[in-house]
Amino acid sequence: MILIIVDGIVKASWLFLLSVGLSIVYGVLRILNLAHGSLYALGGFVAAILVTDWVEHGRWEEGTFLILFVAAALVGLASGPVIERGALQWIYGRDQALQLLATYALFLILEGLQIALWSSESFQTYVPFSVLGNFALAGVIYPWYYAILLGTAVTAGLILWAFLNRSRFGRLIAAVTYDREISRALGINLRVVYVITFTIGAFLAGLGGAMSAPMVSVVPGFAVDATVAAFAVVVIGGLGSIGGAAVGALVVGVAQAWAVHEAPDIEVFAIYLVMTSVLLIRPQGLFAREAVRRI
Amino acid sequence: MKRSGAVGGILVIVGIVVWWSLAPSWLDFLTAVAVAKGLVVLGVVLLIRAGLVSFGQGLFFAVGAYAVGFAGKWWSMHDALALAGLGLAAGIVVSLAIGLLVARYREIFFAMLTLAFSMMLYGGLVKGYGATGGSEGMPITPPTLLGRPFSSDTELFFFTLACASFMIVMALLYARSPLGYAAQAIRSNEIRVGYLGASVTKIVLATFILAGAASGLGGALDAMLVGHIDPDLTYWTTSGEFVFVALLSGTGSVVAPLVGTVIFEIVRSYALRWFPDFWQIALGGVLLAVVLFLPGGLWSLHERVLEYARRFARGNGSALEQAPARTRRQEL
Repeated sequence: MILIIVDGIVKASWLFLLSVGLSIVYGVLRILNLAHGSLYALGGFVAAILVTDWVEHGRWEEGTFLILFVAAALVGLASGPVIERGALQWIYGRDQALQLLATYALFLILEGLQIALWSSESFQTYVPFSVLGNFALAGVIYPWYYAILLGTAVTAGLILWAFLNRSRFGRLIAAVTYDREISRALGINLRVVYVITFTIGAFLAGLGGAMSAPMVSVVPGFAVDATVAAFAVVVIGGLGSIGGAAVGALVVGVAQAWAVHEAPDIEVFAIYLVMTSVLLIRPQGLFAREAVRRI
Repeated sequence: MKRSGAVGGILVIVGIVVWWSLAPSWLDFLTAVAVAKGLVVLGVVLLIRAGLVSFGQGLFFAVGAYAVGFAGKWWSMHDALALAGLGLAAGIVVSLAIGLLVARYREIFFAMLTLAFSMMLYGGLVKGYGATGGSEGMPITPPTLLGRPFSSDTELFFFTLACASFMIVMALLYARSPLGYAAQAIRSNEIRVGYLGASVTKIVLATFILAGAASGLGGALDAMLVGHIDPDLTYWTTSGEFVFVALLSGTGSVVAPLVGTVIFEIVRSYALRWFPDFWQIALGGVLLAVVLFLPGGLWSLHERVLEYARRFARGNGSALEQAPARTRRQEL
C-alpha cells in the first residue's frame, strides 16, 4: 500500500512537471499544444547530451543537477519564441479543430527533427540518478533522486503559483486569460504576454524531459507516451489551473502505480480508464470553471 | 449547385478508375488500400464538419477489420459482400454504444475520449492473445464473391470501389439532408441550434454513427485487401493519420476524402522512396502550410480555380468588384 502511494507520488511529480506547462499555455493562449510532448523530448535530449559531456570531462558530479535546469532553459528560450512567433500567432481565435491540427503539424516536424538529428541513437545518463545513493522508507529502498524530483515539482508549482498570483506580470497574464479585448484596451501588450507564457510552458516541458532523462533511456519517439499522459492529466484536472494539474497528476500517478503493482494486465491503458471515468462523471474535468455560454 | 455533389462524386470515381488503369502496377495495391482508408477519412471529415475532431477513428477501422477476422475464423464466412455488410454493421453497433457516451462532449474532451476508447481497444486486442493473436494479429482468408473466388486483384479493387461509392452516396444524402445542414450549424454555433428546437446531442450521435459505419466498412475492405489485421489499426498514430489526411483533403465536400487519401498515399510512398529520413518533417510542413494558407484543404483549390475562371470569363472590369472581401478575425 505504502509502496503504491510512494510510487504514485513519484510518478505524479513527473506528470505534474510534464503537464502544468500545457495547462498554463492553454489558459492564456487558448491553444492546446499537441507538440508539448516534443518539447519535453527535446529537453530530455539536450539534458542527456550536456550531462554526458559534463561527466566525460570529469567535472563535479553533483553539478549535473544544475545542468538539467540549464538544458530546460535552453530548450525553453530557443524553441518558445520561435514556435509562438513562427506558427502559433497565426492561429489565435481560429477554429479549434484547425488549432489542434496546426500543433499536430508542429509535433510531426519536431519528431522528424529529432529522428533526423539523433536517429537510432539512445542516450543514457544515470549519473544524476546514482550519484546521491539511496534511502530506505518503510523497508523499501528508494533513490534520493526521487526526492529531488518531488522537490522540483513542488517548487516549480509554488513558484509558478506565486508568479501568477503575486507578481505584477503574473496579474497581467491573469487579466489576459479573463478577457483579451479589455486587457488589450487597457494597454497590456498581448504579444509579450503570449511569448513569455509560451516560453514558460516550453521551459516547464523541457524541465520535465530533463528531469526524466536520468531515469530512462532517451530515444526518438519517447515523446509520444508523454504527450498522451500530459493531456490525460490536464483533462482530468481541468484545463488552465495549476491545482488541477497537480490533482490530475496525483490521480493518474497513483492509478498507474496501482496498476503496475496490482493489475499489470491493464497497465497499458490504466491512464485511459481513469480519464474516461473522470470525464463521464465530471465532463469539464475536476477543477475547471463552468464555461460561459456565448450565444 | 444542388447537383454538383453528385457530379463531383462521379468525377472522383471515374478519376480513380482512370488513375488505376494508368498508374504503374506497383501502385495498384496502394490505390485500392487508399480507397478503403478513404472511407475512414470520410468518417473523420463528417465529424469535422460538425466541429468535432476524432482522434480515435482507428477504433472503428479496427472494429470492421476484426469483425471480418472473427467471422472468417469462427463462422468460416468468406463472402465479400456479407463481410463488407458485417463490417458496416459492426461499425454502426459500436459507434452507437460509444456515441451515447461521447455525444455530449466537445473539443478536446471529445478528441481525448475517442482516443481513450481506441487505445483501450488496442490494449484489449494486444492482451486478448487467445482470440485475437495479440500484437501479431491474424491472417484473413481471401474472400469470395457469391461463392466464387476473386479471379484477380482488379476484381477486388472494383468491389472495393463499389462499396466506397455506396458509402459516398450515403454521405451525400446525409450532407444534403436537414440533419447534415444542422451538423454544420453545430460547428458554427451549437447553442443557436439548440434554441431552434433541434436536439444537438441527437444530431451529433447520428453523425457519429454514420462516421462509424463508413469507418467500419473501410476496415472490413482493408482487411480483405491486405489479408492481415493487427492491433495497430486502432493505435493512435493510425487515427492521427486519418485526421491529417482529412484536413489535407478538405472538409468542404464529402467526396474530397477519397481523392485526398489516394493522393496522400501516393505522395507518401514517393516521399518514403526519395527522402526516407525527412518524410515526417515534410508531412508536418505540408500540414502546417495547409492549415495556414489553405484552410479548406486540397478540395478548395478547385473552387478557387472555378472562381478565377468565372472572373476571367466575365472580363477584367467586374473582377475587381466581385473580388471576395477578405475578412480576418482581429485576434491580435
